[in-house]
Amino acid sequence: MKKLLGFILTIGLGLLIIFALEGNALFDDFGYANLDDRVSSHYITKGSDVDIIFGETVDPESGPANIVTSIVVDYRSFDTLGEVTVLFISALGVSLLLGSAVTQKRLSLDFKPNFMLRVASRALFGIIIMTGVYVTLHGHLTPGGGFPGGTMIASAMLLLYLADDQFRAKIKGFKILEGVAGSLYVVIGLLGLVVGTYFLQNFLPNGTVGDLLSSGIIPIIYILIGLKVGSEISGVIDNFLTEEEKQ
Amino acid sequence: MTTIDYIMIVLSALLLVIAFLAVSEKKLIKSVIFLSAVSMLSVVAFVVMKAPDVALTEAVIGSGLVTALFVFTLLSIKKEEAK
Amino acid sequence: MIQYAAILLMMIGLYGLLTNRNVIKIIVSLNILEIGLNIFIISIGFVYDGIAPILTSTNNSSALIFVDPLPQALVLTAIVIGVGTTALGLAFVKNIYSKYNTLEIDEVEEV
Repeated sequence: MKKLLGFILTIGLGLLIIFALEGNALFDDFGYANLDDRVSSHYITKGSDVDIIFGETVDPESGPANIVTSIVVDYRSFDTLGEVTVLFISALGVSLLLGSAVTQKRLSLDFKPNFMLRVASRALFGIIIMTGVYVTLHGHLTPGGGFPGGTMIASAMLLLYLADDQFRAKIKGFKILEGVAGSLYVVIGLLGLVVGTYFLQNFLPNGTVGDLLSSGIIPIIYILIGLKVGSEISGVIDNFLTEEEKQ
Repeated sequence: MTTIDYIMIVLSALLLVIAFLAVSEKKLIKSVIFLSAVSMLSVVAFVVMKAPDVALTEAVIGSGLVTALFVFTLLSIKKEEAK
Repeated sequence: MIQYAAILLMMIGLYGLLTNRNVIKIIVSLNILEIGLNIFIISIGFVYDGIAPILTSTNNSSALIFVDPLPQALVLTAIVIGVGTTALGLAFVKNIYSKYNTLEIDEVEEV
């Protein structure tokens, strides 16, 4: 009975969505989107009448060559602050639910990893960390940025946790790093209010489109986001793999 | 029909079949592996639709993080059941 | 074609969310719903002969035909928030099992 009701409800909702969007004048056909009607044309031309050329345009309205980065960190930077807050709340919830015991030790399971695995994973750890740092630093020139870069750093910590069953990272240092990085994001926003005119304004000069040292505070914000996301998710992984130490 | 349309049709069929298997499977570990496969196929869909940022983020998160969290939960549930 | 598949994927996830009784299958269905939604949002911005929205040394002018970058920025946020939701949900599942010793929501009763 419950399955039948659920089936009818979802089929009804799906048909409603398909009929509402099919042949609608405001919903373009797939693949024929007209960008001149949308606000994205302002994001692509960066509000100027001259074309933006890679390597030649000096001091545009927003500096990155990666247009998605310029939307996420410059035009809609307040939404990214909200996203960082949501991640912080979920990591806080996980650590309150699972990490509330006074002393904790690693979860003891039946199988033990191999010695070769334990030693060889340390070599791979450095390569993954370097990839994560590269993707974070070049967020304004190539695809990537703070979120995938921070998650790659957390994947390197996950590798160490999986390869050795007695390994525990220094969680206190991670929590301090997470708090400091998150607060620095808000402090940089307030600096924009003090030096310029609005919260989270880009108050450093923008430079040439395509250089590594360009686009103002955007690489700094991505480095802070990368550190914050990396240490947060490492803390979540540590909370999932530890249990209370019974005396 | 261009090449992209053919790739889209194959991807759509695979996505729907594996997602239905993930929702209606009885064993929990098989459901989690099917979820990981749906995530990987969605990365292919993002690359075909010319969205490299999104594909990179979903690849790292879907394959490394979410599957690992599910497996750790299932491991600790199995350990408590055996006690 | 991919838009119909994305809407059907959302409906499969919603069906799993409504009819499953095991808590872990509920979280798996929630993730499938979110993946379908992300594919649908990005398919709104696709242009058939467009290129990826990044200025490089080969695609070096902003007068070329780009794919819409705004849905990609929205989906970037949505993916990360989905991870946060899943992690918190799984922490709840661990505590539910250690307190009530079952994973079906029918058998969890008020203590």
